[in-house]
Amino acid sequence: MAGIWVYAEHHDGKLKKVTFELLGKGRELAQGRGEELGAILLGKDLDPLAEELSPYADRVHCLESPMLEVYNCDAFLEALSSFSAERNPSMIMAGATYQARDLFPALAGRLQKGIVVDCLGVELADGGRFLLRKPIYGGKALVEVAFKEEPQLVLVRPRTFPPAEPRSERAEVSKEQVEIDPTKVRLKVLEVMKTTGEKVDITEADVIVCGGRGLKDPENFKLLEELAEVLGGVVGATRAVVDAGWRPQEDQVGKSGKTVSPNLYFAVGLSGAVHHVMGMDTSKVVVAINRDPMAPIFQYADYGLVADLFQVVPLLAEELKKELGK
Amino acid sequence: MEIVVLVKRVPDSEAQVQVKPDGSGVTVEERYGMNFFDSLAVEEALRIKEKFGGRVTAISLGPSQSVEVLRTAIAMGVDDAILLEEEALLGGDEYATARALAAAVKTLPYDLVLCGREAFDDSSGVVGPVVAQFLGIPSVTMVTKVEVEPEQRKVKVEREAEGGRELIEAPLPALLTAQKGLNEPRVPPVMGVVKAMKAQIKKLDLGSLGLGPEEVGQKGAKLEVLRYIEPPKRRAVKYIKGEPPEMVKELIELLKTEAKAL
Repeated sequence: MAGIWVYAEHHDGKLKKVTFELLGKGRELAQGRGEELGAILLGKDLDPLAEELSPYADRVHCLESPMLEVYNCDAFLEALSSFSAERNPSMIMAGATYQARDLFPALAGRLQKGIVVDCLGVELADGGRFLLRKPIYGGKALVEVAFKEEPQLVLVRPRTFPPAEPRSERAEVSKEQVEIDPTKVRLKVLEVMKTTGEKVDITEADVIVCGGRGLKDPENFKLLEELAEVLGGVVGATRAVVDAGWRPQEDQVGKSGKTVSPNLYFAVGLSGAVHHVMGMDTSKVVVAINRDPMAPIFQYADYGLVADLFQVVPLLAEELKKELGK
Repeated sequence: MEIVVLVKRVPDSEAQVQVKPDGSGVTVEERYGMNFFDSLAVEEALRIKEKFGGRVTAISLGPSQSVEVLRTAIAMGVDDAILLEEEALLGGDEYATARALAAAVKTLPYDLVLCGREAFDDSSGVVGPVVAQFLGIPSVTMVTKVEVEPEQRKVKVEREAEGGRELIEAPLPALLTAQKGLNEPRVPPVMGVVKAMKAQIKKLDLGSLGLGPEEVGQKGAKLEVLRYIEPPKRRAVKYIKGEPPEMVKELIELLKTEAKAL
């Protein structure tokens, strides 16, 4: 049996955090089914990444080709679909990231298999069947589904599972130089534009300080930046302030932006519109700061401060700095 | 340019959704409309048509009420609309739905197929790329800018990606999924609304799609729905009162000791 695979997504030589979260869950599932846990890497010169994955998987599959150096849906699809069709894993898990959400639905179509996107739970039921849980209607309900066939393609929301612990055993690394028919690669990636620099993506952040129109002026986001910095977090934004051009699109939390699941979420000066809540309601702990006691965000918070953010936020940053010894 | 747009009727984001006590389904408040991301796809199709000429056809798969979103598309300026409402086509997963939609697209000439990045109800974003695979054409998701070059038979797009954007060129025909930022969808003009009310909506059944009942809907699905579940409820909010300095102290204490989030 080819086992359970985790798609090890990487950018600029760094593995995505969600890869390790999935390797943790993957280990549990693989053990439960008596299967091998594999990590699958696509790219060029993958040795350092394979080495990094080694303590977490039984086997690391490296699919190498100069055509896989930069992500191109067509090229990745060719490599991954032929390799999976050959090896027939029972499941391939990936994070529900931009890249996987571009690649895996196409893979499902190519392999003529099912796919579950934005999973919040994967369990092994009696009889060795996987039960997948995902939100629908923006999280107002959950649905539990099972696959009729394998391989099962599953995209999991980042930060749903804790990261795996490294083991003393090392994985076997199998390297394949893959041949990709250039005529099958119809897409051309002309340019990759990095706009966020070294900043942690909000979907991977432990702490998010999110601001809305209550900040009154783009300049005032400095207050949130300061609080986020003390906590090692990042700043998010609502649709309203992104649309107003105060904050970049990539920082938008909500239905038309990103879905986040941090350990600690500060909702500052934002009302908590439904489309916002949909993007953050799996956050572990939520603190809402808003002057309006009727703001819906309080219904989605663990701790509510009905207060002036301009008084509370700087104080909070200052006190936390002392508290955390920074 | 012949453009096909896939549109879906979905509940409004404010609509109430209740899981049935026996977990067999959900009850959704009657507040439906065109999926937001699909309206971006319709708008983009219309802009391309206005620039280069051609026809825009909207296709929807869903219960008979989906005719409403097709009328909205016509009111916006779409030329033709096709509804796939046959019972056997409904209730399938994204794969089965994509198979039927792809078969409907194949009945038309097309240079470009557009749809939203995902539908509000299942938020999967699967149907578009799977349709592309059934059609044997490339797909690009999360597109925020589209520049068609009909003479060169290609399209240049910008898509949102990890940490930035990617500029991608695809040969035509291609399938693109629309992300927020692509455009501002137009409000249907009054004349459009009048036209939409009178418009003929074409219907395609399984036979004309060339598909069998086992290939679509629940039977053709790769996933089996087991049950619907209420989402876990967050415990009631704890309000922290007092003057700001006390509030802040108490909050830090609670985050440390109770929530263990620091």
